[in-house]
Amino acid sequence: MPQLDPSTFAPQLFWLLVTFVLLYLAMWKIALPKIGSILQDRQERIDDDLEKAEKLKKDAEDVREAYEKTVAEGRNKAQETIRAASEKMAAEAAAQHAALTEKLNAQTSEAEARINAAKEQAMANIRTVATDVTQAAAGKLIGRDISEADAEKAVASILDEERH
Amino acid sequence: MAAESHGPLAQFEIKTLIPLKMGEVDVSFTNSALFMSLTLVLVTLFLVLGMRQRALVPGRWQSMAEISYEFVANLLRDTVGSEGRKYFPLVFTLFMFILFGNMLGMIPYSFTFTSHIIVTFAMALAVFIGVTVLGFIKHGFHFFSFFVPPGVSVVLWPLMIPIEIISYLSRPISLSVRLFANLTAGHTMLKVFAGFVVSMGVIGGVLPFAFVVALTGLELLIAFLQAYVFTILTCFYINDALHLH
Repeated sequence: MPQLDPSTFAPQLFWLLVTFVLLYLAMWKIALPKIGSILQDRQERIDDDLEKAEKLKKDAEDVREAYEKTVAEGRNKAQETIRAASEKMAAEAAAQHAALTEKLNAQTSEAEARINAAKEQAMANIRTVATDVTQAAAGKLIGRDISEADAEKAVASILDEERH
Repeated sequence: MAAESHGPLAQFEIKTLIPLKMGEVDVSFTNSALFMSLTLVLVTLFLVLGMRQRALVPGRWQSMAEISYEFVANLLRDTVGSEGRKYFPLVFTLFMFILFGNMLGMIPYSFTFTSHIIVTFAMALAVFIGVTVLGFIKHGFHFFSFFVPPGVSVVLWPLMIPIEIISYLSRPISLSVRLFANLTAGHTMLKVFAGFVVSMGVIGGVLPFAFVVALTGLELLIAFLQAYVFTILTCFYINDALHLH
């Protein structure tokens, strides 16, 4: 078996030492730092991108929140405006209604006063006319003139009776 | 064993390419040294050229370089934890050296330096000594408590401690023989069956030829697996030295 020939040991061991140490140095100083750094760069880049994506997501979330807040505010303001307008209109309507009612009441009481005055007038006229008629009629019936005061008295008694 | 020039074991012969002497010591550049140097150059080129673009999104080659990095890094982290970070260059070098040595050996007419017990034993012994020194540096004489299995009654200590010591001392042997034996046996078997293809002729040779093809696939798996096993056991030994039990 050629593996067991001791004369081959020395050169093999020598070159094993030389090549292995050189390979170790090449790996340690050149190759591994190179690969390690690019792997680290990549990891950092990925972490960075993830972080960026996270931040963008948060920003979008903020914008959405602000938008919703604005919309809600607008809605509240609109409702406020509508309520104020409707309150104002209601107040105006109530005021106009009150003014109209007052005016109507005034007109009604004025008309009533006028009617009462007319009625009084009419009553007074009736009394005068009735007194004249009574005087004339009594004069015709009994053949003599009766005094105006008597006629007036008679009319007043009847009218007062009726009025009660 | 007398190896004929075309025997199954001829592939393991060390051939001197450039005779060199350092004092009295023979340091000739052999076929073994050639393939070690090839491994050194190929691993370095594979990683350095693979990473030359430093692409954020890696291509195929860069991906392979990164995968080999992460494979060993994860292996070390899973077995040793974050303290193992310091030993990463060494573990990675060990893995790539053995892996490329095994894979180069799969090329016909090439030489597999990992099929030589002296090479695997030297690596295993270096790991063993390194790990033992590490254990002593880390724990001082407390390191000897590693040989006392936890949860075993004192009565059994005289029995258990020698067993633990023997099992610890046999680590470099099992580590090196596993790699050497797997590679030697696999390559010998390939050669034997390839010989059958020739000796059984065109018709009879079909069966051994199919077998050689299948066996080549298996050997490729073993080439990777043995590099992996050597590396993960090294990680376990480092872990033992750092954390004792």
